[in-house]
Amino acid sequence: MSTMIAIKGLSKTYDTGFQALKTIDLDIRRGEIFALLGPNGAGKTTLISIVCGIVRASTGAVTVDGHDIVSGYRAARSLIGLVPQELKTDAFESVWDTVSFSRGLFGKPKNPAYIEKVLRELALWDKKDSKIMTLSGGMKRRVLIAKALSHEPRVLFLDEPTAGVDVELRKTMWDVVRALRDAGVTIILTTHYIEEAEEMADRIGVIDKGEIILVEDKATLMRDLGRKQLTLNLNRRLDAVPDALAAHALTLAEDGKALVYSYDTQGEHIGIAALLQDLSRAGLEFHDLHTTQSSLEDIFVDLVRQRR
Amino acid sequence: MISNLRAVRAIYMFEMSRTARTLLQSIVSPVLSTSLYFIVFGAAIGSRISEIDGVPYGAFIVPGLIMLLLLTQSVANASFGIYFPRFTGTIYEILSAPVSYGEIVLGYVGAAATKSVILGLIVLATAGVFVPLRIAHPVWMLAFLVLTAVTFSLLGFIIGIWAEGFERLQLVPLLVITPLTFLGGTFYSISVLPPPWQTVALFNPVVYLISGFRWSFFETADVHVGVSLAMTLLFLGLCLAGIAWIFRTGYRLKA
Ligand SMILES: Nc1ncnc2c1ncn2[C@@H]1O[C@H](COP(=O)(O)OP(=O)(O)O)[C@@H](O)[C@H]1O
Ligand SMILES: [Mg+2]
Repeated sequence: MSTMIAIKGLSKTYDTGFQALKTIDLDIRRGEIFALLGPNGAGKTTLISIVCGIVRASTGAVTVDGHDIVSGYRAARSLIGLVPQELKTDAFESVWDTVSFSRGLFGKPKNPAYIEKVLRELALWDKKDSKIMTLSGGMKRRVLIAKALSHEPRVLFLDEPTAGVDVELRKTMWDVVRALRDAGVTIILTTHYIEEAEEMADRIGVIDKGEIILVEDKATLMRDLGRKQLTLNLNRRLDAVPDALAAHALTLAEDGKALVYSYDTQGEHIGIAALLQDLSRAGLEFHDLHTTQSSLEDIFVDLVRQRR
Repeated sequence: MISNLRAVRAIYMFEMSRTARTLLQSIVSPVLSTSLYFIVFGAAIGSRISEIDGVPYGAFIVPGLIMLLLLTQSVANASFGIYFPRFTGTIYEILSAPVSYGEIVLGYVGAAATKSVILGLIVLATAGVFVPLRIAHPVWMLAFLVLTAVTFSLLGFIIGIWAEGFERLQLVPLLVITPLTFLGGTFYSISVLPPPWQTVALFNPVVYLISGFRWSFFETADVHVGVSLAMTLLFLGLCLAGIAWIFRTGYRLKA
């Protein structure tokens, strides 16, 4: 799979002297959905802003489809659509006008049929003549997405697309994103909502304090770092984990009525069989059991916590 | 440098439709205030002042009044045009678009200058209602009109980028442009000033604009028209250099 965006040795120190990005090296593959995950202030928006030409890099270089973002800014930027994190919209313009404006700004010839298609997909068609300031926050976000799509970008950046967004818009948004991916568009989304990455991404990068600390296929990440938990619901309350079971990594649930066993799905020796044997030997009976797989969220929280 | 003409057009039309939306206040207020000047200075006071350099006083002040309008409007329009997207944050889209600095400036400054020229011509027509006018060099008149509108729209663009609040946006027109225009010979020929003040006046760039513009009407001037033109072009060049510097350094545009 070829590289769509190549980021090499990129760093950013703001005029305040604050270093928002340490040295970043990152390749985004053509046609993938890449989720950039990180806590607030990690540098996600800074990274995107540099690629899009809004913030200047302190060091390093970025190419988009082979075009350098500085020396070949026209070619690079024509490929990119950006949905910014904050709701930055005009006020007095109509939806139709503002979306058409974006298309013109990106040098594309007028194409009302295409704009209509975009507005319909985003359920904005009814509002096409409304002034933007009369729209709700959710609708404004749709407008920003429409603007980003107006010039048929090959790369789409979504900066925290679902922060403060209702369920319906989330669903519309993911439908649109999937359709774009099917059409070969490369999508980079940032989020600190892990479910989002879990749901949508092909690959995940984790950024913290201006450093990329991990880049991995989502499936691999989940498999490698995923932990499972076996919960045994007991027939009677315990005050502590019995000594007879001390050999196993068990914790007692708060109400004392369940034992929780954590294990690594990749481990050679999982030890469930031995645990169950010891359990019956100790005369402990359980009436139910279930297992849960740790989510990306747990993985993420673990990763970031390790660095604090 | 200028190859994304669609972008220039998009910005230009965006700005022009903003003007169209506020058409009433865009046109009515300058026409009204200029008319008041004519009534007060031209008719009331002018009836007591006979002629300056052989031109009836009412007619004499017309070029200066148009310049006053042109300067304040150009600065106000262009500064607001670029300040507003900075203020709302929509500037992100301009910065991330495949447009050159030249194209951005052409779009914003072109629109601001267009509006000023249109207003200038409307006020000129209004003036024609109050006083009989003759224009000796219409082509030069238009040339000065356009050149001044462009130059001061460029200045406005710089101010719109420099300003960090609406107060500052109004500060320059209020504290700089208006006084310079009033002291620049709108209502008098600088030759009526005492000699030391005549020299001081020559440091006022607006003197050259008004003088040249007035020459295109009446062929009377405080300084030679060639000097006027050269000074206008010099000022234009300074503004262009300022803008080039802004974009090269990303001053107040890019973190
Ligand atoms: N213009 C700026 N000047 C100074 N510091 C900034 C600027 N923009 C962002 N920062 C700082 O850089 C860090 C990273 O910000 P950002 O990229 O917005 O993070 P994220 O999008 O991951 O929340 C934050 O600590 C933020 O305060
Ligand atoms: Mg952010």
